[in-house]
Parts: sequence; structure tokens; C-alpha cells
Amino acid sequence: MSVPSTAIEIAAAVRSGELSAVEVLEVHLARIDEREEEINAFNLVLADKARSTAKAIDARVAAGEDPGVLAGVPLALKDNLCTHGIPTTCSSRILEGWRPPYDATVVQRVAVAGAVSIGKTNLDEFAMGSSTENSAFGPTRNPRDPERVPGGSSGGSAAAVAAGFAPLSLGSDTGGSIRQPAALCGVVGVKPTYGMVSRYGLIAFASSLDQIGPFSTTVADSALLLEAIAGHDARDSTSIDQPAPSLLESLGEGVSGLRIGLVTELMGEGIAPDVAARVRQAAAALEAAGATITEVSVPAASYGLSAYYLIAPAEASSNLARYDGVRYGMRVDAPTTAEMNAATRTAGFGDEVKRRIMLGTYALSAGYYDAYYGKALKVRTLIMRDFETAYTNVDLLLAPTSPTTAFKFGDKTADPLSMYLNDICTIPSNLAGHPAMSLPFGGGADGMPIGVQLLAPALAEATMFRAAAVLEAAAPALDEVWS
Amino acid sequence: MNLTHEPIEGEHFVIQSETTGDQWEIVVGLEVHCELATATKLFCGCPNMFGDEPNTNVCPVCLGLPGSLPVLNRNVVELAMRLGRALRCSVEPSVFARKNYFYPDMPKDYQVSQFDQPINIDGWLDLPDGTRVGIERAHIEEDTGKNSHSGGSGRIHGADYSLVDYNRAGVPLVEIVGRPHIRHPEQAKTYIDELRAILLATGASDAKMEEGSLRVDANVSVRHVGDPELGTRCEVKNLNSLRSLGRAIEYEARRQVDLLETGERIKQETRHWDEGAGRTRDGRSKEEAEDYRYFQEPDLVPLVPSAEWIAAIDAAMPKLPAARRVALSAASGVSPTDPAVVIGVQRNLDALALAAIAAGGDGRRVLTHVEHNLAIDGAETLDASAFAQLVGLEIAGQLTATQAKTVLTEMVSSGRTPDVIAAELGFEAMDVNELEAVIDAIIAECPEEWADFCSGDEKKRGKLQGFFTGKVMKVTKGQADGKSVAEILGRRSA
Repeated sequence: MSVPSTAIEIAAAVRSGELSAVEVLEVHLARIDEREEEINAFNLVLADKARSTAKAIDARVAAGEDPGVLAGVPLALKDNLCTHGIPTTCSSRILEGWRPPYDATVVQRVAVAGAVSIGKTNLDEFAMGSSTENSAFGPTRNPRDPERVPGGSSGGSAAAVAAGFAPLSLGSDTGGSIRQPAALCGVVGVKPTYGMVSRYGLIAFASSLDQIGPFSTTVADSALLLEAIAGHDARDSTSIDQPAPSLLESLGEGVSGLRIGLVTELMGEGIAPDVAARVRQAAAALEAAGATITEVSVPAASYGLSAYYLIAPAEASSNLARYDGVRYGMRVDAPTTAEMNAATRTAGFGDEVKRRIMLGTYALSAGYYDAYYGKALKVRTLIMRDFETAYTNVDLLLAPTSPTTAFKFGDKTADPLSMYLNDICTIPSNLAGHPAMSLPFGGGADGMPIGVQLLAPALAEATMFRAAAVLEAAAPALDEVWS
Repeated sequence: MNLTHEPIEGEHFVIQSETTGDQWEIVVGLEVHCELATATKLFCGCPNMFGDEPNTNVCPVCLGLPGSLPVLNRNVVELAMRLGRALRCSVEPSVFARKNYFYPDMPKDYQVSQFDQPINIDGWLDLPDGTRVGIERAHIEEDTGKNSHSGGSGRIHGADYSLVDYNRAGVPLVEIVGRPHIRHPEQAKTYIDELRAILLATGASDAKMEEGSLRVDANVSVRHVGDPELGTRCEVKNLNSLRSLGRAIEYEARRQVDLLETGERIKQETRHWDEGAGRTRDGRSKEEAEDYRYFQEPDLVPLVPSAEWIAAIDAAMPKLPAARRVALSAASGVSPTDPAVVIGVQRNLDALALAAIAAGGDGRRVLTHVEHNLAIDGAETLDASAFAQLVGLEIAGQLTATQAKTVLTEMVSSGRTPDVIAAELGFEAMDVNELEAVIDAIIAECPEEWADFCSGDEKKRGKLQGFFTGKVMKVTKGQADGKSVAEILGRRSA
């Protein structure tokens, strides 16, 4: 049989012995050979390691064992997830050469489920960016149009799935870093509830916002992967103490009777007309499937971007302090320890990382804390309260994922603020700790994919996935030009 | 320095200026860091051990490797709360915070500590003399690693290279912040003694100052006697012994008085005690005030101990030193502030003393031995009834005080009973007639001395008392009872 495109089909075929994991892998490695030089989705392709993993899976099937729900499915890992003995760089010079002595919890879990890790994907350095242009190892290109960015920060993971290098990948989402590249590359991307997936082994950007989640080409595949990686982990104190949710079993239940709100604040100024139009079209599709659509206001969402750009850099300034040249990674020698620290960090970090470290250091400084970091925390509380109010009247919210379709390289690098505005629709969910996902819903005026975003209250992933399945079934073709 | 001091107003230590006649009072608040005696570290499963090979008790978490996350050790919370309750603190819902600064011995370049919401607040510690010292807070934090500098001067500047041992990184600490209620260097030492006794009694820490598991910083200021306002304080660090603590406080107070008397102002700063030079020195010069950019640690959740947990800790609270002194005093008839009682409890020998008294030992004699003769390893293993028996032999005059001490030491090391040891060493009560004969012989040998002894000159008599007692002891090989010797000498000279 020929190799199918979805993880669910591949795993079923491998588990039943219809396909070997090795065959599946070789098809994907061939695609990587063909296009990776152009796309640059990976910092590292683990072809040999993947081959031995695939062989071991085939041996288990031959021995009558079940290798798991992801049996033989190639999977790409964002290069901020620690992999035992394998370089993990965060696309930063400062970590060049460092090999973690342990696997991230999610890396262990996908391995236990039978997935075949095929490589470490490119990202904006330390996950700071919306275009993957901030990688120290060069940008990733959008497989739908190599002149355009794939989004970021998980641009490599989104591009790997969009290019067919792997049916599944893992990314991390701090302010939209899964959903925005998913939208720009025309794939599905999910940010789960904060605490649903263990962060152990995810190299921190902003600890109170970071969450790991899946990329896939279908809604069901993301549900499959999320089920495999979710669930309590004693090594992460912020991990929610409950088992992984069941998503696949209720995926086909439809949206009849669900109340879904269009977020007023995320449909107005700054949102491209084609994007807004596709979101309204998605709302109509949900309504046609039996949902009630209303407009809902989440007033504090307008302040999300400002609050985020104080909270995330503040945490980052502390999380990234450890890259000081003393213990691992790059070291630039200098006469004193303090000078060595400074020289190492000056040489090892890129401009955007430095910008955010400075922002965060400033926001936490004595005399400024109350005006900046303290106030941002209050806004965060307000956003949570406004969401809570909104969810008394609706079950889910609908919004754009990104204000525009994929832009061209260099378009926004000169003006950091215009780059930051990319995350205006995704940031509120991170601040609230709520789940949200992006799925493709036709193309824009430029023929590039548009993503629509579903937002849900904490732990309401199952409902969110039901609505996503309905939208997926109703979605126009990815390249259908909006007119 | 042309300053003198004399203790007036009871416990207060007053520095009196010879030039102005002003009287200055010392005000001290102590900050104590102590390592909790848990099996594992604060946020990971690495052993909490002192003295192992460098960098052997480490893992991704305590090395702060990228991606690692802390998980709070429940036993740390248990011990911290036990200590807090022993210090009469209120246990509060608390959060952890990051204290951010760069230092190579700190793997994450921030220290996880508690800042504005500590676990224990508002307690107190009563000193044996009844003085109550307030406890502002006792919070949990992680220890750092240890730097060592090789070559050059052996200090960080000018060293050829530096090594870091992270075995201590992540070891749990409690920082106990005392209020500025201490007024005398000796009182500061007593406070530490008492705190150490509480740490040992609660099992919270082994509290060894010499191994660094108990570290003391002193906030010292001075003010005119009677002035209600606190002066500007300096924090004195690097105090490695109680002796250093007392000396450093006194030195620092005098330094501050000198400055104030010459019209200068005290700069609030950290100063380091130099034991060799006997003085404090400025710390690292800092161009600007330290800004630790504290914020809530996002990798940990708030710590909210249940009321049941706190109640269970209270219910299981061991008897604390103050109560133990009262019990020992009641049993022995010796005052609870008597040094023998205080030291007995501090050395954890009160249970032994109580048992020996219960077995019939004389309270005063038992405590005298505890205070003076049992500062030895294994003292706590002494059999209480054998101890009582020893004291009985002493009271009956069958052993002299000196002999009793010798026998006691042998009892601790061998575990044998006092009668057996005394017989083996040939210690037996001398017959009074025999002793009188020995003394008469010595008087006959030394007629001039004896004449002086009997002359009625108290000074000469006092001096010669020792002379004759010494001779008797020499002849009897120490077996004579000092009291009997004095009695016979007195009778003969009358």
C-alpha cells in the first residue's frame, strides 16, 4: 500500500503490519532530501537514529507486540525540546554544542507511543519571534510560498508538516508560537490548557505562558498527538493533576446546541479584510451545523499585547540568565567572571533575545516594577476575568489566528512592534492559560492560507476539537483565493 | 579608640565615650541561615550530603540545566514548619520568588527564595534569662554551590582559575530573620546557642557552624541610650564561630560610635569580619544598590499547608529547650537559669540527667558532672543508673570529686559500672585514721610552714592550705578527699 498522509492512517497500517515503519520513514526522508535545502525546517535531521527506531518498531510488530498509538509515525521536534545526547540549540549560538543529558517528558511520551523522531526543527531564537527570521541558523521558508515566512516561533515545526516532511510535529506556544505558524503554513496547531502538557525538558522562554502542543494536517491527528503527550507529570509542578483528555472519541459529535462567540475586539482594527471575512465564513459554517453564533466582548483582550510584552520578557530575562558561559554552551573568555559573562552573552544571543532581556530586566527593576510588571499582572487578571464572563454565555470563542496571511521575508524585521502585532489574537489565551487552536480555512486574497482560531475555557479541549472537526469538514481549499 | 564601656542597665552593653561622655547602646538583629537536615535537596532527589566528591550529588534540576524544573520537597516544608512553630511563628500561605543576580556558584543565576510571602512569620525566641527576641520571619530558600579559586592570591581576583562545586546547590535552607531586640554581644551568642538547641530538638538541622550548616549575619547599629529611633545598620558577614560573632558585634559597634562621635554618618552596607585582624571591612564595592528584581517563581505553585498538617506538626512537637529547662530545674532543685541547667539542655543531656536523678542521683552533683565533665563524645550513651550510682559513691565520700570525674570518663568510654572502675583504679575511701596519720607526718616534716599556717595570718594560711593539700594528695596518690583534708588541717591548727 502507498503511504497515507495522516498519522492515524499510518499508525493503523503499521500496527496491522500493512506498512512497515521503515517504508513510512523512507518516504518522508526522501521528501526531506528533495526540499529541505530550500525550506530549512530542520536544525538537525536524525535520519540514522530514526531508521533504527523504525526498525525496532517493525520488529515489535513482527513479534506480535503493539508499539503504540503513534506506531511508526514520523514526528519532528521543535529544537527547544531536550533530547538525550542530541544537540538542542533553541536556534541560538549560545547553546551550540550542548547535548542535554535527558529527554523532555514529551519526547519520552511520543517515543513510548511508538513515534519516530526524525529531527529537531528550526525556531526563532529561544522562541522569540513570529517569523523564524530570528534563528541563528537562518530562516525557515514557507512551503506554500518560499518567498514568505512560515510564521514563528515554531516555524520549522509548522513548515515540516506543511511540506510533508512529517505528519506530526511538536511546537511550543508562549504567545501564539504554535497557532500563528500553523495559520501561515495552512496546518492545524493546538495550544493546550496551561499545565495539560508537561513542560519538563522544554527550554523556558516565559514559564507562566509556555505550553507544548501538536501540529498536524488534520484535526484528528492533533487530537491523537495531544492525547499521547498530555497528562500529569510529577516533574512539572505546574502540571495539572489529571489524566490526558479523551478527544478522539467525541470528535464527531458536532456542534449542535453549542454557543460560539465571535470576539469583537479581535475582529476590528488591524485585522486584514480577507482574514476577517474567512472568520465570518467559518462562523456561518458552525451556525449551519447547529451552533448559535453571537458577538462577545472580551474588553481586556485589547491590552493583552502590552501586558504580554512585559510579562514574557520579564520571565525571559530571568530564565535566560543561566546562559553565562560558566557551565555549558558557548564561552567567550575574558579577564574576570563578570566580563566573561557579558562577552559570552553579547556574542551568543541575537538582537531580539537581547531586546527582550533588556525589556524584561527593566520591567522588573526597583522603581519600575509596579508601573510595568505589576500592572501587567493586573491586566492579566482582568483578561482572565473577562474571559470568565464571556464563557458564562458561550461555550467557545472564534477569532482570527493571525491578522494577515504569511508576509514576505524582511517585511517586518525593521519594526519590532509590527512583528509583535502578529500575536495580537493569540496572546490572550496564553495570558489566561486557556486552550486555543488554529485550523486552515481557505486562502486569502493572495492565495496564501488563512487560519481561524477556536478558543475555549480551561480544560475544554474536547469541545474545542468537536467544533474544529466541523470547521475542517466545511473548510474551503487552502489555496482558494478570497475575492 | 578612646572609648570605654561598662555594663549598666542590666543586660545592656553600653559604650561610653571618654570625650563626650555620651552613652551608646548596641542594637543587633541576627539573620541565620541553616541547612535543613533532609535526605534530599529542596527541588530534586539528589542527596543532601556534606563533604562528598565535588559535583557528584548533582542532576539536571540542581544544575539548572535548560528545560529542568523544580519540584518542592515535602519534607523541607515539614521541617521548615516544625522550626517555625517551635519559634512561635504563624504558618502562612506562601509563594516562592526568584532573586536574580549573576554569580558562578548559582546554576540558574537566580536563587529561589521566599520574598513578600514567607511561610513563617511573627514569632519569638525566649532566651534562658527571659529576654524575648522577636522573629520577623523564617523562610525557605535554596543554597548555592561553592567556588574555590586556585593560584594567584587564592581570592577571586588574581586567581589562575576557579572551580565550582555544585553539591551544595539546591540544598534546602531556612533563613531566620530576628528582630533587632538584642542589646549585648553575649546575648547574641546566647541567642544562637538557644536557636541551635531548638534546631537540634526539632530535628530541623544539625546546626554546625564550623561546617557551615548554620551561618550567622549580624545587623549592627548603635544609638544613644534612651533614643527610641534605630540607627543606620551595617550587616556583618563571615562570622564563622560564636567567638567571631561576639567580637565582630563589639568591634562594629565601636567603629560606628567612633564615626558618629566625629560627626560622620553611617553608610548602610555589608561588611566582612576579618577574624585575624579583629576588624570588619567593607564588602565588595558596589557602584549601585543591589537590585534583585524579585518576582514570583512561575515554575512553582503557591504553598498552602493545610490546617490539619499544621495541627499535626504542633501535636508532634518535641519538648523545646525552655520547657526542658523547667523540667530539669524542677527535678534537680537547681534554678532554670543556672548555667548547669542551660548547658545540660543545650548538650541534649537533660534526659540523661533526669533519669539519673530519678534513679536516686543527687540533682546538684548530677548537673555539675553534666556541666563540667560530660562535654565528651558518647556522653548521651551513659547508663543513668550507673551515673546515679557514681554520684552516690561521691556523696558517701567513697570517691573524691577528682576521682569521680576520672571514673565517669571511663564509664562513658567503657560502659562499665563505677564500682568496678573505682576498684580497678584503686580508688577507695581512705580510712580517716590513716589520713590523719598521713597529715601528721607531713606537719612534722614541715614545721616552718605549719607555724605560718597556724600564725593567724589569713593570707599565709590560704596559701599554705594549698601547699599542705597538695602534699597530702601526692602521698595518697589523689585518693584523699579534699574536704576531709581541710577538716583535719583545721582541727589540728585550732
